Amino acid sequence: MSLVLDREPTRTIPAPLIAVEDLSVTYSGRHGVVPAVARVSLALAPGQSLGVVGESGCGKSTLALAIMAYLAENAEITSGRVRFKGSDMASMSPEELRQVRGGGMAMVFQEPGAALNPSMRIVDQLVEAAVYHREIDEGTARREAGEMLRDVGLPDVERILGSYPHQLSGGQQQRAVIAMALLGHPSLLLLDEPTTNLDVTVEASVVELIGHLRRRHGTGLIYISHNLGLIAQVCDRVAVMYAGEIVEEGPIDAVFAAPKHPYTAGLLRCIPQPHTDKTERKLRPIRGQVDQLLTRLPGCGFAARCDHTVAGRCDQGELPLVDVDAGARHLSRCIRWMEIADATETPDDQADAGGVRDEVLLTVRDLDKFYPVEESGLASLFGGRPRRVVKANQRLSFRVRRGQTLAIVGESGCGKSTFAKVLMGLEQATAGSIELAGLDLATLAVDKRDSVLLRSLQIVFQNPDETLNPCYSIGTQIGRVIRKFGIARARGQVQQEIKRLLALTRLPATLAARRPHQLSGGQKQRVAIARAFAGRPSTVVADEPVSSLDVSVRAAIIELLVDLQTSEGTTLLMISHDLGLVRYMADRVVVMYLGQIMESGTTAEVFAPPYHPYTEALLSAVPVADPALRRRRIVLEGEIPSAMAPPSGCPFHTRCHRKLGAACETQKPPEQRMADGSHRITCHIPAAELAQMGDIFGKPGGRRDDT
Amino acid sequence: MTTGIDAPERSALGGEESRVAGFISGVGRLRESPIAMIGLAIVLFWVLVAIFAPLLAPMSPTATIRPMALPGTRGPGGQLFLLGADHLGRDVLSRIIYGARTVLIYAPIATACAYVVGVVAGLLAGYRQGWVDDLLARIGDLILAFPALVLYIVIIAKFGSSGLNIILAVTLASGPGVMRIVRGMVLDIRNRAFVAAAQVRGESAWHIMFAEILPNATGPLIVDACLRLGYVTIAIGTLGFLGLGLPPPNPDWGGMISETRQFAMIFPHMVVFPCLAVSSLVLGLNFLADGLTDIVKRA
Repeated sequence: MSLVLDREPTRTIPAPLIAVEDLSVTYSGRHGVVPAVARVSLALAPGQSLGVVGESGCGKSTLALAIMAYLAENAEITSGRVRFKGSDMASMSPEELRQVRGGGMAMVFQEPGAALNPSMRIVDQLVEAAVYHREIDEGTARREAGEMLRDVGLPDVERILGSYPHQLSGGQQQRAVIAMALLGHPSLLLLDEPTTNLDVTVEASVVELIGHLRRRHGTGLIYISHNLGLIAQVCDRVAVMYAGEIVEEGPIDAVFAAPKHPYTAGLLRCIPQPHTDKTERKLRPIRGQVDQLLTRLPGCGFAARCDHTVAGRCDQGELPLVDVDAGARHLSRCIRWMEIADATETPDDQADAGGVRDEVLLTVRDLDKFYPVEESGLASLFGGRPRRVVKANQRLSFRVRRGQTLAIVGESGCGKSTFAKVLMGLEQATAGSIELAGLDLATLAVDKRDSVLLRSLQIVFQNPDETLNPCYSIGTQIGRVIRKFGIARARGQVQQEIKRLLALTRLPATLAARRPHQLSGGQKQRVAIARAFAGRPSTVVADEPVSSLDVSVRAAIIELLVDLQTSEGTTLLMISHDLGLVRYMADRVVVMYLGQIMESGTTAEVFAPPYHPYTEALLSAVPVADPALRRRRIVLEGEIPSAMAPPSGCPFHTRCHRKLGAACETQKPPEQRMADGSHRITCHIPAAELAQMGDIFGKPGGRRDDT
Repeated sequence: MTTGIDAPERSALGGEESRVAGFISGVGRLRESPIAMIGLAIVLFWVLVAIFAPLLAPMSPTATIRPMALPGTRGPGGQLFLLGADHLGRDVLSRIIYGARTVLIYAPIATACAYVVGVVAGLLAGYRQGWVDDLLARIGDLILAFPALVLYIVIIAKFGSSGLNIILAVTLASGPGVMRIVRGMVLDIRNRAFVAAAQVRGESAWHIMFAEILPNATGPLIVDACLRLGYVTIAIGTLGFLGLGLPPPNPDWGGMISETRQFAMIFPHMVVFPCLAVSSLVLGLNFLADGLTDIVKRA
């Protein structure tokens, strides 16, 4: 089945740039032959952009590698072919392939640091790419390299040309990689999760750049991402993959507004949006996880996780991709798409609003945490200069009320995890205090804390793969905590308690005998949550608890945390960079930038005007999986400054789009109390002026007021 | 602290069970690596030879029968010298068979001692950091600064040649190497979240070092132990060659080479066969280590 991706069916059909025809790829490994891509057909016209979404393990990256004819050795194409400008990639000679890769199509991978040669200067790598693929002389190539770097929005081009990759930040590296990809003048650019490891404001600017370059150079684009919000921003069409198959494909607006496959609908329901919270729209995770099946079962691959599965229909034979809207070429592989009508049901279950209690549990006052910098010069050996420090936390002050969720938001390097370490006693504060139940925790190291305090304060870590000791079974690890905190002693009681905790985190009791490597990421994170809640703590810190999980798993974990918090009455300290998640879960929000608090207030206050300019930019940068939602676009210039040499005055002045002038560069901004209650903004802009700011989100479907 | 005493035992027990299971599955996976299987076969061969030496050896390793007998010739009593006899008329084959006992007793014990010292020091240095790390690292550097051979000679010359002193010398010379490996792994593992999780539930430093960190370092350590066992085999051979091994007439591969090397041009069999014995055992251990590396990497 070949499709032509064209929005207006009346226009003449251009020859596809790339055509994937009935492609199947399998991997052979220790456990046998695993199908990765199954009978995928796609076509992309020149200058068009296609997004490919799905959870990890759905075959997105394999598809991209197959398009580049760059599959791993243990992969095999079992059916179909990939045609680039009409010629079959499989029949090309190695020399032809070399010309097509980089010249005809270029790929940008997830990790920019790994895509650049660390021992070559940027200029040499760029020139090499251009000279090799376009047969131009080195002088021209050098000039073009400079222009291209300017094109991708890098400042100070001469310096960057002469730099080695490690001297650039992640965002700059990714821009350089994109520049290198474009220097070969490819007609197709493949992007495999190009911004996954970047901060949200940097991500927003890179995505903006990709859209801009596409329009300017007319490059075709295949954009692979698990982030539906990004796809919505960059692509004309989207293909949703599940278990190696395309389950839905169509124009971006149609697919997002009215998904015709339950999997797409499920993915959309999993994402917390920055303009709604848990009381308005409850998240609904997709049951189960992506199965790695050795043999494909007949029927729909998604049947096992689908709420609409009907035995006898969904599990029979091969399901075809059917056109649900002939005009727009919107295809779905769901056999019941007509009966399900709109797969996104209206949210019927309204979550109950968490009662706001007033008792202050935790008070942070003027907390400073400075790290001395290890000097490595000769001068430091003789102790000539004063020691430099990284100011990871500066004068943090806020309060947390019992039973509430407080979110600390900011990009990487803003000091939010440092605060968590100080709170847990893994690091000691330089100055200031953290009061909890009459104790000052700021300088109380973890090995000096008594077991009552340890019990009442627990943490869920970010990376589920590291949070459990791989050497012990789940039961042993949870049991250890139960005994340690004296919840139960006798063997039977401990087993009982392990069962209770597993049930609480909705895990089967049989998991107790398993070891961590037999669990999925989401399961591991549930065990970590079970372990944190084992001592019945009064406060739980969650440090980016879901950022390394798949979207569908993410939603389940978030729901679990929200439910546990309500049922156990726990105070939750969320540390996150995901504003959608924060909006969804938090009662109060603290926004941090370079170790300082920029804005704080209730969630409603922070997510509505007046905003701190940094919050405003963050909100604008969050990818929103709703192409109908209009909002003002603010793209921040440059990168986050190093915490070692933070800007003077207001730390945000180097990137601020509302900068007033010299005062921002020299004077510390005042903390201003806003008219709307407990809302505080640390900024030079007068409160009255901030109050006149417009809402960053228009109403869905409203007029577009992009600037 | 009743929980403190009772709990580590239980968790250690749980760990033991899982580690035993892990070991069994590890041995099972050994079959996937041909090189590891060859290595294992060679090593097992020598282990069996050492265990059944009295049954396998055709003669007493110390009986002097017919000096300089060539391989395949017979002695006055009709005994067959399969690998010949040495300058004192002792059967080379029997001495090699009994010599395997020396190597296979002292090399593992010495390696184990080096590991006990190295692992404890490495855990302390990597986990405690600060001055403990500095102190242990300096002591290690100091020992490593001496060539191992010089160290052996000094120790044995000072304390006399005995089995205990061989073990002492090897422990002192290999301990710092083990410490460095362990320290490096601890520095990596201690930053993983499960260590922080153990800290925030108030576990003692010893529990964290031995129950949380050490089990996660076993893979590379097993590989290193295999290689190190090879080095120690060579070291024991070298000590024997220098006359610093077990006092004669104990059969000792290094000693056999040393005693007969002046006859090597005329009667090569006296030297070649003990040499082959040493190299085959070391080769076997290296093969095994190679195969284990693949398995550890894949796990």
